[in-house]
Amino acid sequence: MPLLLRFSKTIDAISELMGKLAMWMILAATLISAGNAIIRKVFGTSSNAWLEIQWYLFAAVFMLGGGFAFLRNAHVRIDFLSSRFSPRTRNWIDVGGILVFLLPLCYLMTTLGWPMLDNAFRSGEMSSNSGGLIRWPVYGLIPLGFLLLALQGLSELIKRFAFLSGQGPDVLNVHGPSDEEMLAEELLREAEAEALAAAASNKKAN
Amino acid sequence: MIEFMTGNFVPMMFTGLLFFLLLGFPVAFSLAATGLFFGFIGMELNLFPSNLFQALPLRVIGIMQNDTLLAIPFFTLMGIILERSRMAEDLLSTVAQVFGPVRGGLAVAVVLVGALLAATTGVVAAAVISMGLISLPIMLRYGYNRTIATGTITASGTLAQALPPSLVLIVLADQLGRSVGDMYAGAMLPGFLLVGLYLVFIAAVAVIMPKWVPALPAEARIYNEPTGASGHRSLLLLLLVCGGVAYGWSTVHERIMNPLLGREIPAGGDEVFILSATIASLLALSLALVNKVLRLGLVSRLAEQVTFVLIPPLVLIFLVLGTIFLGIATPTEGGAMGALGALIMALARRRLGFDLLKQALENTTKLSIFVLFILIGSTVFSFTFNAADGHIWVEHLFAKLPGGQIGFLVFVNLLVFVLGMFIDFFEIAFIIIPLLAPVADKMGIDLIWFGIIIAMNLQTSFLTPPFGFALFYLRSVAARSDYTDLITKARIKAVTTAEIYKGSIAFIVLQLIMVGVIVANPTLVMGHLDKAVVIDDATVRGLLNDASSPDSYGDPDAAAEEGSADADPAEGADVDGMPKPDEPSGEADDALKALKDAVKQ
Repeated sequence: MPLLLRFSKTIDAISELMGKLAMWMILAATLISAGNAIIRKVFGTSSNAWLEIQWYLFAAVFMLGGGFAFLRNAHVRIDFLSSRFSPRTRNWIDVGGILVFLLPLCYLMTTLGWPMLDNAFRSGEMSSNSGGLIRWPVYGLIPLGFLLLALQGLSELIKRFAFLSGQGPDVLNVHGPSDEEMLAEELLREAEAEALAAAASNKKAN
Repeated sequence: MIEFMTGNFVPMMFTGLLFFLLLGFPVAFSLAATGLFFGFIGMELNLFPSNLFQALPLRVIGIMQNDTLLAIPFFTLMGIILERSRMAEDLLSTVAQVFGPVRGGLAVAVVLVGALLAATTGVVAAAVISMGLISLPIMLRYGYNRTIATGTITASGTLAQALPPSLVLIVLADQLGRSVGDMYAGAMLPGFLLVGLYLVFIAAVAVIMPKWVPALPAEARIYNEPTGASGHRSLLLLLLVCGGVAYGWSTVHERIMNPLLGREIPAGGDEVFILSATIASLLALSLALVNKVLRLGLVSRLAEQVTFVLIPPLVLIFLVLGTIFLGIATPTEGGAMGALGALIMALARRRLGFDLLKQALENTTKLSIFVLFILIGSTVFSFTFNAADGHIWVEHLFAKLPGGQIGFLVFVNLLVFVLGMFIDFFEIAFIIIPLLAPVADKMGIDLIWFGIIIAMNLQTSFLTPPFGFALFYLRSVAARSDYTDLITKARIKAVTTAEIYKGSIAFIVLQLIMVGVIVANPTLVMGHLDKAVVIDDATVRGLLNDASSPDSYGDPDAAAEEGSADADPAEGADVDGMPKPDEPSGEADDALKALKDAVKQ
């Protein structure tokens, strides 16, 4: 088990890295897209390469980030029934889901996506738009993305088993405050700080 | 056994999907798994060819190339950044000063700010949290009825769903195969009407139950003039001047803009409206600035303050909606410009640190990934579903419904309303809508109209228990225990969850009334879209006549005419002078369709 857990930690680190990468690619895509619109209007020119890089980047965000979202448990679940199950049941469902749902999907996508990548790489296929980009990097995102997702699936599988055998925490049950609650708390703190500051300056004025 | 399975393949697929989804495994993977599982069963039964899934990677590439979906991260990022730059706070406290002195004024301020936030951030959580934090304590302090207070806040927050630039409208446009620009234009009037309906409701409460919505007492007004005047007169004057200029512009808009854009056709109503509003607000800003810098004292403090806080959201609305309606930017680029604008604004107000940026980007990333994965999952599902002729099965199912178009719409709305209680709009949009859209199309229902109805209805999903997210958001910021108010020193009771739930009921009814109104009056949505899909005047006139008498709407002639008006969306886009963001994806879709047919044979 310790060896497996170390394996799981390594994969988590890889997914985390992919998540970081995805974050900055979103910022880059935003800036490029806004830039494209402005340049087209102001200078009256546009470049297909810059238009295509937008969706290359976003494709990379969600294909490479699938595992990251799984690590953060950010893939939405319909949980109005499952929230009433026991923690053990929920973990067993995940075990089944990963083995029966997720891994076959990843296997299929990776094996189906590979020949396309291979083909595009050999033929050096280019975008049909003039000045467009070379195609194999986006084709490559499919096998790569689903491979990463499968790896994260294995890591999650190890973590579920660790919990079920009493050797690890229940990852599914970390019900910390949601993003919204954290935001609310932060805003509340800021508002209080400001109220205090205002009160202090009022006193001085008086 | 095998015969039974072959005969009932589609119903079994549905049952399987329901079961897999309810297990609580991530929706995206459950959807895909249902598709794969039944795909392999179908291959075993010799229903499908063994290379059924061969084209799956091509479909995923189609999703990657889809420009419309690229708008999702942009608008999300914009919303999250704005919620952090605390534009909402400034807006609320100022607008409350304007309307506060009249009965029901605080509630009116909440509705108006909710609408402004909706038109800029498009994120329900942001609007509800800000308003719950700032307005709720003030409303409770001056003795507002708790149900009215909480209901106004949660309902105004959900406006973000129905008013452009909401994510729902983007996703629906994508799933219905219509342009986001048309979807936005169609949503404008119904959105305004809904805001109006809320305001009428509050006015009615103010008349019938004055005690429920008291006015702000004099000591709570903070922007008084040195002379003691409230400054409202000056604000009114400023408003009149700017309103006059806006009206003046709207009459000459076409003459000025058409040569500039090199365009021949008349300008759309929304375009004129947005441009006039922009010019009026720029005028107000320059007047207020001149007044402040030169200390002329011509404009009251209240009027000055109102102008300054209203400018950032108005600039953003122009950046996003204005550029889209003018055809300067595609909706996707509009989103990117909005996000960039929000970033610059937050930087300028020193609200944007590195940590905040990282956090905003991380939330955006997570949301984009899970949404796109649901789409990939539903693509796998629909692969098998369509191969099994599931869409024909669904069509037959609806053919048995009585009442034609209206019967279908009533049923769909009930379905979406009930489903909305349990699952959120991304799942509804990606699973349910693709099943219903072809049926609606065949019945001659305009898909933009259909989409707006669904978007309106989906608002209720944020307000209905057991999973009304707007209610949760307000719960997370409303006082859980009794507290002493800082200003009046009075003890104020905790806000109970029951009060929050009760508050939403009246507004759910209002929203459903609005859904009904749109179902009965398609012109509300299509009225100003007709310009975009003009084919010839007679068609349009026929359409309008039919639309104004909903009873005759179901007749086959009207349906046929409407079909022809919709026949060539690309042509409509040309006439409109709109960019054609959908064109590449449209081509991709066609290619995919051809592929799919090939696979089927």
